[in-house]
Amino acid sequence: MIDILTSLIDIVGEKGVSNAPEELWFYSRDPGVLAPHQPDYVVAPKSTEQVQKIVQLACREKIPVVPMGNGMSLAGLVIPLKGGIVLDMKRMNKILEVNAVARYAVVEGGTSQGVLKAYLQKNHPTLRHSLPDAPPTTTIAANVSLHGQGRLTHQYGFNSDMVTGLEVVLPTGEICRVGSPSIGPYWFSKGPTLPDLSGLFLGWLGCTGIITKVGIKLYPNKKFRDVELFVTDRAELVPNILYKLTHLEMLEDINVWFQPKPLVFAGNFHVSIFFTGDTEEEIEFKRKMIWDSLQEFMDSKDGGFVSLFQYMKDMLLEMPGRNIADFADVPKGGGFEYSGPIALIEHYPRYAAKVVELAEKYNLLYASAARLISGGHAMMFSISFAFNRNDPDMMKRVEKALDEAMIFALDMGGIPWKPNFKEQKLTMQRMEPNALRLLQMIKKNLDPQGIMNPGNWEVNA
Amino acid sequence: MYKLKFNEKVCASCRSADCLLKCQYMTFSGHQEAHGEMMKIMKCKDSRVLDDCVTCYACEEYCRRGNHPFFLISERREEKGMFTAPRPITKQWINMTAMQGKYLVGDVKDKALSCCYIPELGALGTGEIFKDVASAAVFGAEFMCPAVHSHFARMSVIKERLPIVIENFRKLGVKEVICLHDECYGTLTSIAEAYGMEVPFKPVYYMDFLLERMKQLKDKITPLGITVAYQRPCSNRLIPEKHTLVKKIFKLIGVKAPKRVYQDENALCCAEIIRAVSGYKLADDVRKRNIDDMLNAGAEYCVFNCPACQLTLSEKVSKRGLKPVHIIDLCKMAIGEKEREAAS
Repeated sequence: MIDILTSLIDIVGEKGVSNAPEELWFYSRDPGVLAPHQPDYVVAPKSTEQVQKIVQLACREKIPVVPMGNGMSLAGLVIPLKGGIVLDMKRMNKILEVNAVARYAVVEGGTSQGVLKAYLQKNHPTLRHSLPDAPPTTTIAANVSLHGQGRLTHQYGFNSDMVTGLEVVLPTGEICRVGSPSIGPYWFSKGPTLPDLSGLFLGWLGCTGIITKVGIKLYPNKKFRDVELFVTDRAELVPNILYKLTHLEMLEDINVWFQPKPLVFAGNFHVSIFFTGDTEEEIEFKRKMIWDSLQEFMDSKDGGFVSLFQYMKDMLLEMPGRNIADFADVPKGGGFEYSGPIALIEHYPRYAAKVVELAEKYNLLYASAARLISGGHAMMFSISFAFNRNDPDMMKRVEKALDEAMIFALDMGGIPWKPNFKEQKLTMQRMEPNALRLLQMIKKNLDPQGIMNPGNWEVNA
Repeated sequence: MYKLKFNEKVCASCRSADCLLKCQYMTFSGHQEAHGEMMKIMKCKDSRVLDDCVTCYACEEYCRRGNHPFFLISERREEKGMFTAPRPITKQWINMTAMQGKYLVGDVKDKALSCCYIPELGALGTGEIFKDVASAAVFGAEFMCPAVHSHFARMSVIKERLPIVIENFRKLGVKEVICLHDECYGTLTSIAEAYGMEVPFKPVYYMDFLLERMKQLKDKITPLGITVAYQRPCSNRLIPEKHTLVKKIFKLIGVKAPKRVYQDENALCCAEIIRAVSGYKLADDVRKRNIDDMLNAGAEYCVFNCPACQLTLSEKVSKRGLKPVHIIDLCKMAIGEKEREAAS
């Protein structure tokens, strides 16, 4: 029997491995409500080759491997459900290439959103990427692997749609490139015109391989950003309001949110409308188009634009926004978790009613923020609850409310976003049998030992 | 519930109908039509005024006979279940200004310095000018003049909240309340009087206080020698007798305010409420005319009385080359307490 710790030290060096209880404690949990489970080792590789060697070792010894970005999914996606090795990717944080003309960047698998943002601001101020509303320490690879969304999702789709190529260490230890980098030096396409193999890894939550490099699309960074805030007190009008806005085809991002606290927000549904421009004239033109598009709701007195003073605009325009952290601390104790199904916009009123119903049933503080995807084809609808981490009963109630929310979303024909292991099972129970078999076939073939993030997307379970 | 003291006989016998004829946002063919519309309002009938009034308060000043046409319009709108701004905006303002027990009270004895519910006023009420009263500042919804709800035709909110505000001040045991917000003074005098509410302390208009203090600090004043345009707020229409204080203060600190089209009785609103009530087209037009007029008069600075006007217009006047400054900061500049460049 080999000494795993020594073998891991041989691969990454002493400073890159730990099985100290205090470190394992941290790596056994995430900020959500799911129960912790301890890994046996934490390893922080510095290169693709080190990742490869670790995976080869794990495959040989049949040890679970859980790749981890910053561990902020809130859904327990990197809690090592069956122990093993947590592979902390944060030391692989280099920006390898920016092709400013083709507008893409290639980064290592542990590169954070904040690092790329800062790099672009400094070196390529006319470029930006789709920054999610998550802490800047969250990583780009983790975000695309769970189909994350960001500030440009309304215009260009899920952040995973913006991938331009992947380098992956397969569960059997081979290094594999996907998309245009598989046949040449350029990272401009993850699939087309080849068969799109990126689907074998995106959305799989690290169950089919470890992303060690990712190419990501960049977009024009306009000189000005601005925001308007439209409110209505009738949830049933929200889909039509969004339809009018998406028809404009010129907005950066659209979020719809409602929450009972602070009181100023109570009773209204808020539509944050973000837009950009290179001149003030362009901004003013777009502002007028936005107002004109919603005139009918103002005429009927059902909706109107909020007077936004500069400090309020600054808060709304902040990227990433900090208001989620504020919300998490309302009941004190800093806990926050949400279910975020991808759903049809026309179902908004029913989802909104469900949030309030669940909050009342479980006596919880709620908030909801929906983000429009791809010009209005769908939305991510968050059903969010804040909780006190030092209140086990409250955490249990949140867990129950979220479970119920996911069943509701599935009943409504929605798709769970970054589902935890329980939600994955619920989803698979409803999946068409042949689709489920295909899923099983892919997982089995890519990960014959079942070592990659086990407990997640386990078709055999 | 308090009732508006509106003298119908005075209105019925009015020969000028100035309240509506002078309105800058509605037009009438003459006395007969304007007077006729007011009669309809008085008799609780439908009137286009109830649909079109942008709530600038100016008719309160145009009426020279002590009646309250704007309050009547607002009362009638609410009675008819009408909304000026969209319903969710109205709701938001009611919620935003609700008393929630989150207020600040300084070292209050005989006098209180009211900062209303406007954080910017706290910073203004400081320094040499306010040295004897700054520590007596009070702030919060519990001390906020609720007049803003007249913009939304929700006089019931004013009638419900204003007595509580008055009572909150009374409980502090004050003899005087210096109102840093123009609208607070207007509320505690004009609105309270119109609804028969007793105010058991003396409201002091901050410009009276400011003028007095600047006289006391005369030796410290270096005339500013600048040219300004003054943005008169809507609430000043409730207390037109106080409008002359602006010129007195300007004179004392060496500020020129050349005559312009939209001044005094003809002043234009900052238009933020117009934006909410009528949309951006009228608001943009009003703002453009207003700022054009300021520039045509040769102004270098745009001087504000109301922080809400300042928040609304600062960026817009800045983009056109005017420096936005509150009149208190202007006085601080005159006594060397604030740099000219600090005006923002």
